[in-house]
Formats: sequence, C-alpha cells, structure tokens
Amino acid sequence: MAEILVLIDHADGAVSKPATELLTIARRMGTPAAVFLGAGLDNARETLARFGAEKIYVVDDAALSDFLVAPAAEALAEVVTQVQPEAVLVTSTGEGKEIAARLAVKLGSGLITDAVDVEADGTTSQSVFAGSYLVRAKVTQGTPIITVKPNAATPEVTEVTPEEVLVTVTISDSAKTARIVDRSARAKSGRPELTEAAIVVSGGRGVAGAEGFGVIEALADALGAAVGASRAATDAGWYPHAFQVGQTGKTVSPQLYIANGISGAIQHRAGMQTSKTIVAVNKDPEAPIFELTDFGVVGDLFTVLPQLIEQIAARKG
Amino acid sequence: MKIVALVKFVPDSTGARAFTADSTTDRVGVDGLLCELDEYAVEQSLRVLEAAGDGDITFVTVGPEQAGTALRKALSMGGDAAVHVVDDAIHGSDALATSLILSKVLEKLEYDLVITGMASTDAGMAVVPVMLAERLGLPAVTLASELTVEGGTVRIRRDTDDASETIEASLPAIVSVTDQTGEARYPSFKGIMAAKKKPVTTYALADLGLGADDVGLAAAWSRVDEVTKRPPRSAGIKVVDEGDGGVKLADFLVSQKFI
Repeated sequence: MAEILVLIDHADGAVSKPATELLTIARRMGTPAAVFLGAGLDNARETLARFGAEKIYVVDDAALSDFLVAPAAEALAEVVTQVQPEAVLVTSTGEGKEIAARLAVKLGSGLITDAVDVEADGTTSQSVFAGSYLVRAKVTQGTPIITVKPNAATPEVTEVTPEEVLVTVTISDSAKTARIVDRSARAKSGRPELTEAAIVVSGGRGVAGAEGFGVIEALADALGAAVGASRAATDAGWYPHAFQVGQTGKTVSPQLYIANGISGAIQHRAGMQTSKTIVAVNKDPEAPIFELTDFGVVGDLFTVLPQLIEQIAARKG
Repeated sequence: MKIVALVKFVPDSTGARAFTADSTTDRVGVDGLLCELDEYAVEQSLRVLEAAGDGDITFVTVGPEQAGTALRKALSMGGDAAVHVVDDAIHGSDALATSLILSKVLEKLEYDLVITGMASTDAGMAVVPVMLAERLGLPAVTLASELTVEGGTVRIRRDTDDASETIEASLPAIVSVTDQTGEARYPSFKGIMAAKKKPVTTYALADLGLGADDVGLAAAWSRVDEVTKRPPRSAGIKVVDEGDGGVKLADFLVSQKFI
C-alpha cells in the first residue's frame, strides 16, 4: 500500500498528541510513515512505534531549529520527492500550516487546511464560518497535502517496528533568511493543552481581573480541564494571550465547554461553538452565550463556581 | 521605506455568511468589508512608515468590484495608493492561485516590506503570506505580536504556545501581524475625504501576464464536494441562581457523566 507521510510535531522528541492522531488517520488511508525533522529521535522512537509508524524518515540539520519554517519545508519536500507518498498529513499549528503551504507551492500540489476529519480516500471535513457550515472537500492536483486539527481522531495503538531511513538534505541559503535570534520558553501550567483537552473552563469580562481567574483555574483543576479566556480577558491582560479562545486565538471543540462571565460575541463563538456540551454562567440573562448552552446558570460566577467546586469534591467523595 | 500592505474584502462575520451554488464563498450577495484582521496590517504599515520618516504605502487587494470598499477603508486610515486586481475569471480561486496573482502584482511594485494580517476571517487558512514568500524567494516572518524595522532589518516578537521568540530578517521581507500589535486607528473625516483622491490602479489578469486558465474555480487544486449548514444550536435549560446554582450545575454535570 502507498505510504502516507505524517510530519511529526514534536519538542525535542516529545511527540505531540495530535501527531499520534495523524498516524491513526494515516493507517486508514494507507501505510503510515513518520517524517521526523530535527533532533530528539531517541525520545520519539517508542511513541512512533506504538502508534504504528511503519517507517521513520529522519532529517537532522541545525538550520531546522535556527530558522522559521522554510528549512523544514525544504526537508519535507525532499522526502516527498524521494518517497512519492499518496498524501502528506501535517498538524494544524501555525508552524504546520506554513510548512504545508510552502510544500504545496514547491510541489505544485493542492492544500486543504484545518480538517476536522479525513476519510480513507482523502476526503476531508472542515468546519467553517465560525462552525456554522461543514465542508467536504478533496485535493485534486498533485500529492494531497492536508493539515489536520487536534482531536480529529482517537489515537490507536498499533505496535510496529519502524524502519528508520536517514535522508540527507542540503538546506539552501534562501531558506535561511528568517532567523530566530532569541527564544524564551513559557512556563508550563501542568494542565492539559487547550486545543486537546476534553474539558475547557473559560473566563471572560465577568471575571473582572487577573485575580478573578483563580476561581476559573480552581474549577479547571477540579475537573482536570484546560483554562481558556475570551479576547476581552486577554486584551485586558488578565490572562495570557496564548489561552485566548476565539477567532484570533484557539479553536476548541471539547466534550464540555464551561463559559464563565463570557457574553458570547461572534469572535468568541467562532472558537468554541462546535463543543459537544456547552455550559455558561453569566449574570446577564440576555447574554447571547445562552443561545448556545445546554445548561445555563444566570448568576454571579463568584458564588456559583465555588459552590460547584465544593459539590465536585463532595460527589467525587 | 516603500511598504505594500495586502488586504482582503470579506463577508461581515457578524452577519449571515453563505455559499453560492458552486460552493464558493458568497462575496457579492452579503455585506462585505475590509477584513478586521487586515486593519492591524494597515495600522502597522502606517506606524512603520511614521517611524521611518519617508516613503509610501500601497494597499493591494484581489477581489470583485465590491472589494474596492476595502481599499477605500484602508486609504481613509492613511497610505498613498492602491491596486485592485479584478477579473471575473478570478472567481473561485484557491489560496495557491491568490498567491500567484499577488506575486505578479508585487513583481510590478517596488517595496522594502510587505505587511499582511494573520489570517482572513472567511477562509482563515493563514497561508498566503508564506506562499508569496515561497514564490518570490523572500524571507517571511509571520504572526508578529510586535514589529520594528531598523537599518534594513525587520525584527518581530512572536508568542507561540511554548515560547516567546525574537525573529529577524533582512529587507525586502514579508511580515504577517496579529491582533496583538496594537489597535487600528479610526479613519478621520479628513482621512475619508483624502482617500477619495488617492489613486487606485485596476489590473485585470492579462495585465499581470496571467490567463483565465491559471486561476479561478476550474484551476483550483482542491474541490468542494459538499457544503452543509450546521443546524443552529438550540438553547437548553436555563436556571436562575437562587443560592443553589452551583448545586444544579453539578447535578447537570453528573447527569452528563462529567463528574
């Protein structure tokens, strides 16, 4: 069967969960093969084997970490040219989409971004216009390049012994033009990744300040959830921008979304309205968020949430 | 400093958005406007030029006749001139074709810096800036939350999930900016009046050396098979907190097996 290349999203070999989802999707379509760019393969081998990567194409070059995506796109293009896969799957991160876009131009191939599902024949589903439409589409030219959003599949364990193939690529000087001159890592919260979490607890204008996010975080921790925030809250500096849910932030689609003190402007809805179950707590009974909710509480989040947290503790026993 | 800012005319995201019979975005039958996220690109082009002292700004768009309103909005905020690529054969173009058209426009213009928004609010792919960079062999520094240009170098700060990065490239370069770069100014009355006198050059595909077969729906490298409107979510249970809101919410979460 033809190979389906999966570009592995990783941090020094720590393979992201969405990358394992892509290996699972690749198995539907053909033979999953991982493309591992950069250093850290020793940390990644076990995960790639567990999630069914029959082959691992490895490219390591200092340029991959020193510059923005252009060298990665060149390396991936070289692997695609050598392997002639049936399709290329990439995680829908900012970086992933840019690599995919450059690859599409290099190869003369069609590109579909932000798929929420990919079928065996490469037909994709996308959720568009703030989640109000579902679009099914297919690449018709060249090697299909598809970027896939987190939670598009449940990663399935398929133990294999991957064959490792070292690919030598000479990165061109023209790809070494956007240099990363400084990088300061962000402290980890210990909570699940926002886009991957099964439950998201978000706060908005009604949280009324940075200290107000304490109760949001407490509820998130009681439920094992990720914390999100509306643009009003991140623009005010109450919570870091990286946690913004909405059109200019993250799109999330968890099993449960709890919106607290969030009115539900289109900006925000665009990022969360495909969540399976939506709950809101808001003082304003007319808040548009209540048009979306499976369960809404009209009330002050600073009295409702502490009571809810107590209840969770009591019922979990 | 010569700056080109790329802008897009999009359906108003607060209004009803729709697809036409050929499964392309309806850009004509709905209210449209300058993409909100491109206002940040316009704003940054003005700020970079103000810091540089001299130079000029050209706004470029590809779109139907109505897209001219997006250019006028940008010109009312500032800048000097605009280019509008309009041709019936462009209808249905994918991002690859759009980037091809824009690359041909840029080949006609002089520029040190090309500024774009982080994404459009309609397709939202966020791929055109790097596709252009790939076609023109230019550096691309993307998703800037802070932007400065000094001595032939563009420097940005980019905030990812894992880190805050500083990235540099030599001019000419392409930069995309996020909504974190700073609020866009409102057009003044004087600005709106002045915009009416600023030159807008119109190009058809032939002016760019492109044929109808190079772009448009028939040349698109992907095909939409089906567009389905999701049923709107219906509002469920709503309770007013009378001292037991947290308890009722816990009951609901238990009934749904979240606790």
